[in-house]
Amino acid sequence: MTLSDPKAPDLRAPGLRARAEALGHSLPPLLAEAERLAQTVTWGEHGRRRAGRGDDFWQYRAAHPGDEYRAIDWRHSARSDGAYVREKEWQAAQKITLWVDPAQSMAFSDGGRAPKSDRARLLALALAVLLLRGGEQVGLAGASHPRAGKGQMLRLIESLALDLSQADYGAPIPGFAPHGRAVFLSDFLGDLAPLEAALHTATGQGVRGLLIQVLDPAEEDFPFHGRTLFTSMAGSLSHETQSAADLRARYLARLAERKDRLADLARAAGWQFLSHHTGAPAQTALLWAYRALEAT
Amino acid sequence: MIGFASPLILLALVAVPVLWFLLRAIPPAPITRRFPGVALMLGLADENRQAARTPWWLLLLRMLAVTAAVLGFAGPVLNPSEANLSRKPLLILFDGGWAEAADWPQRLAKAASLIDAAERMGRPVAVALLTDAPGVPVFQAADQVKGRIAGLTPRPWLADMDAFAGTLPEGAFDTIWLSDGLSHDGRPVLAASLQARGEVTVLTGAAPVLALLPTTTEAGKLKVQALRFPAGEAIATVIARGPDPSGQDRELARAELTFQDGRAEALMDLPPELRNRVTRLVIDGPPSAGTLGLAGDSFKRRKIALVSDAAEGEGLQLLAPLHYLRQALAPSADLIEGAVADVVPAKPDVIVMADVATLPDTEAEALRVWVEKGGLLLRFAGPRMAAADLADDLLMPVRLRAGGLTSGGTMSWGEPKGLAAFPDSSPFRGLALPGDVTVRTQVLAEPGPELADSTLALLDDGTPLVTRAGLGAGQVVLFHVTANAEWSSLPLSGLFVQMLDRLAISAGGALEPGSLTGLTWTPKRLVDGFGGLEDAGGLAGVPGAMLERTLKAGPFAAAPAGLYQNEARVVAINAVPKDFRMAEAGWPDGVARGDLSLPQERALKGPLLALAMALMTLDILGTLAVSGRLMRVAVVLLALGFVPEARADDATDDARAIMATQGVVLAHVLTGDQTVDDTAEAGLQGLSEELMYRTAIEPLAPMGVDIEADELAFFPFLYWPVTADAATPSAAAYAKLNRYLRTGGMILFDTRDAEYGAGSPETQALQRITQGLDIPALEPIPQDHVLTRTFYLLQTFPGRFTDGTLWVEAAPPDATQAEGMPFRNLNDGVTPVVFGANDYAAAWAVDGDGLPLLPVGRGMAGDDQREYAYRFGINLIMHVLTGNYKSDQVHVPALLERLGQ
Repeated sequence: MTLSDPKAPDLRAPGLRARAEALGHSLPPLLAEAERLAQTVTWGEHGRRRAGRGDDFWQYRAAHPGDEYRAIDWRHSARSDGAYVREKEWQAAQKITLWVDPAQSMAFSDGGRAPKSDRARLLALALAVLLLRGGEQVGLAGASHPRAGKGQMLRLIESLALDLSQADYGAPIPGFAPHGRAVFLSDFLGDLAPLEAALHTATGQGVRGLLIQVLDPAEEDFPFHGRTLFTSMAGSLSHETQSAADLRARYLARLAERKDRLADLARAAGWQFLSHHTGAPAQTALLWAYRALEAT
Repeated sequence: MIGFASPLILLALVAVPVLWFLLRAIPPAPITRRFPGVALMLGLADENRQAARTPWWLLLLRMLAVTAAVLGFAGPVLNPSEANLSRKPLLILFDGGWAEAADWPQRLAKAASLIDAAERMGRPVAVALLTDAPGVPVFQAADQVKGRIAGLTPRPWLADMDAFAGTLPEGAFDTIWLSDGLSHDGRPVLAASLQARGEVTVLTGAAPVLALLPTTTEAGKLKVQALRFPAGEAIATVIARGPDPSGQDRELARAELTFQDGRAEALMDLPPELRNRVTRLVIDGPPSAGTLGLAGDSFKRRKIALVSDAAEGEGLQLLAPLHYLRQALAPSADLIEGAVADVVPAKPDVIVMADVATLPDTEAEALRVWVEKGGLLLRFAGPRMAAADLADDLLMPVRLRAGGLTSGGTMSWGEPKGLAAFPDSSPFRGLALPGDVTVRTQVLAEPGPELADSTLALLDDGTPLVTRAGLGAGQVVLFHVTANAEWSSLPLSGLFVQMLDRLAISAGGALEPGSLTGLTWTPKRLVDGFGGLEDAGGLAGVPGAMLERTLKAGPFAAAPAGLYQNEARVVAINAVPKDFRMAEAGWPDGVARGDLSLPQERALKGPLLALAMALMTLDILGTLAVSGRLMRVAVVLLALGFVPEARADDATDDARAIMATQGVVLAHVLTGDQTVDDTAEAGLQGLSEELMYRTAIEPLAPMGVDIEADELAFFPFLYWPVTADAATPSAAAYAKLNRYLRTGGMILFDTRDAEYGAGSPETQALQRITQGLDIPALEPIPQDHVLTRTFYLLQTFPGRFTDGTLWVEAAPPDATQAEGMPFRNLNDGVTPVVFGANDYAAAWAVDGDGLPLLPVGRGMAGDDQREYAYRFGINLIMHVLTGNYKSDQVHVPALLERLGQ
């Protein structure tokens, strides 16, 4: 099942049904883990700290000419000579689009750790849990438009649980809610041109967001020796070396360069960038992402 | 030109192109690793670019190595011998006589190269010496024959071709005949019968054959004659050798031989004293039995004293009692005449007394003493003796009846008597009896039981003519007739001279035909093919008739050249008989000729295999270099191999020095033979324990010493077991050893062979080793040496063996025994070296539990022997540590006296 088929699994196909059931078993744990992870993020004040559309009282202010009469809070105005308008805190829900790289490169894992895709999905779900709780509208790029509510949660899970695509490296799907927020979770090891295009589009639509690069520690350390034939996860790229150890320094330099490039791209677009690897606890990334989303 | 021993192996070369594909071996297949980061690596080239394929030069190197190995195993030979393309069995014949001794090593080398060639061709080979006892040569695999070649030696006689011609092996075979090139009887016949079996190739040497003909004496001079083949002008030196006054064999005289037409002659004029000492003549040059002339008695000129009572001068000369004797002896002996009292002090070999009946007591006594010391007293009868009463005379072999017996004279009825055949035991046996010898008057012996034993010659009526009796080391011989022709015609006959000859009175000069027959001659010393002398051992006696044959035809296997003895006479049989002639051998047509030069044949197997190994080593280095690990491996090797060792050396040196100087440490020299070293160590351990147990010396554990590397100064005593293959120390080690000996160290050399022959390999090794050492004059340990009493009183010094003599520094010649002292005053007689052969360490050796390691002797006697071995060891170490302390006790009485005790 690929992202090109965002519909629910076709249960008529016998193999798919079994896999869907297996998926059904795995989903609650994923959700539970995402919930648990979300719990660790303490809630701060997350009102917008300005008057706007919302349910919560924000402040009274003297009515100006032009205010609708029905906007005047008569109860409060009765206590004094002037007329007051009761303002509510602006609680406009954000539309947040998540993109989790579905490419094969995310399936990489080393040293018995979980694949990068697991971490990316976990972070995405946990972030979704937090945001949905906060009343935001969360959507998954290419799968569902941002919506609020618990139902959206289930839709997100279903979409995220789909199999990875056959592509080696993923490209972000441009399709944002204007002035919304976006979170891209990927290893960003592939060609950067689609990302640049997506960011360009996003900037044009006033979308800001986060780039979270999920890497395996092996990709950071490059602990390889000897004659090695490196291939990409789907096999489209390969590189042979006589001595992998000799390559390490230059690989790390290139990786650092890639990170710098990503950070530059993010800064230029007004986005924020985090490099996270699966060896580190997910909480730190989640907290950073949540705070960063709050700030933008 | 190159030939191959196993050409079939060359087929393996077909496989070399296959190797091209196999050896192209690509480095190990890469590990495939799925790794997303590959996108970042694209375009990163390897810094140390490693070839994916074996570089061509490495491949070439490997193929060359394999080719070299294949070629090497195929056994290539550069310039293989041409003649041996046949595959028939090969008979290698040597003439094998003394005439080949001069170039014998070349002959053996040639034979070895022929056998090598035959081995390559897979031909069976037989080797035969024509001088050996005839037997059918057996063809064997060449490699089995090869080992025996080195042991062949030429014989001191010449080949017997006729005998060999009857014992040729069956079937067809080729012959290579290494010949002396001289003509021998039967050679053409043998060559023809060999030709009937296959090709015959004759190889002759280039070295001239020299032959020393029997030397004769001529007017007191030695007449040396020699032959040379091929005839030509040449100069050689003949050397007369014999013992010098101290008994040492040395050159006594030399003369030059100038060959002309293959013949040379020289006269050697030597003073009689010198000439009597000559034991042999040798032509200087390559040793051979043919250039050795043993002297035997033939050069001896005896000193003979003639004594007679008769007042000569007045009578007729022909009637003088001594006239015939003088005539018979003068050519071959120095004569002295005078009274007994005058001649005895001149120490003659023989004293002849003609008709001397009674002597004054003093003269009789002097004569008796002289005879008992080995003199030969020859007495003749005469009227005075017949008249005298000689019943108690010691200087008579038999008792005589008073008065003589006359027969055939005018006053008697009987006929003059003739001679009877000589008894079997008589030295005269074999001499021809002339019919005209008659005896008219004689003195008669008193019959008795011993008379038959002492009779050397009889008359035909059975009465003794010559009698003999021993007296001390000498003997007394009596002719029962007069020395002149008065009583018999014996002195007029040739038999008389021959009889004197047989009695070793007139012996000397060349051997006359017939002078040997009838006697059995015991070989004393035998000549080998190279002209060396060896003891005949217990060889059976040789009948004189056989020796007579050798005088004409040269010696043969049953009567080899050498010295033969019968009673007092010593006869020399030399390899070259008197009538020896050398002529060039004639060969039948069709016989190929050759010389001894070796073909420049070189087996290339070794060099090729070495080349293959070298190439493979290069390949290893090359492979390492290609994979970039050369430096790493080199560093690892250096770290593993050299650094720790160097460090360890320094550390152990110091530790050794500290250990060795913490107390008395007995040391043994490491020989490199593990067994010997272990035994030496165990032996010194046992001795150390006994020293600890019995004496105040408390040695530490013994140590092994490498004389090349270790410091010797720490050790008071070195035990040096000598092995046959012991390495000769280097100059530096000699310097160190000499310093050690000079500064008071002692070395006990032990050949461990119980002096099993002076030429044992260990003894030779000992001579080789000690050549560079400052060793004083030695002597077998004297009874009063301080070593016999430093702790125990000892007179025997057994080890595991008991027979070996112990040699120590010789006492100074002026050492004298003080009055009343049990031993000489040998101050400062600390010997720096002791030579033994009894395998001392083996007797001392104990195992870890202190029990004897090796058996010594048998039963209780063995225990005693071990005990004495320990006592010797303790004495030795005491001697080392206390020096001449015990010797100094010679002064104790004087010191006590001085102290007023």
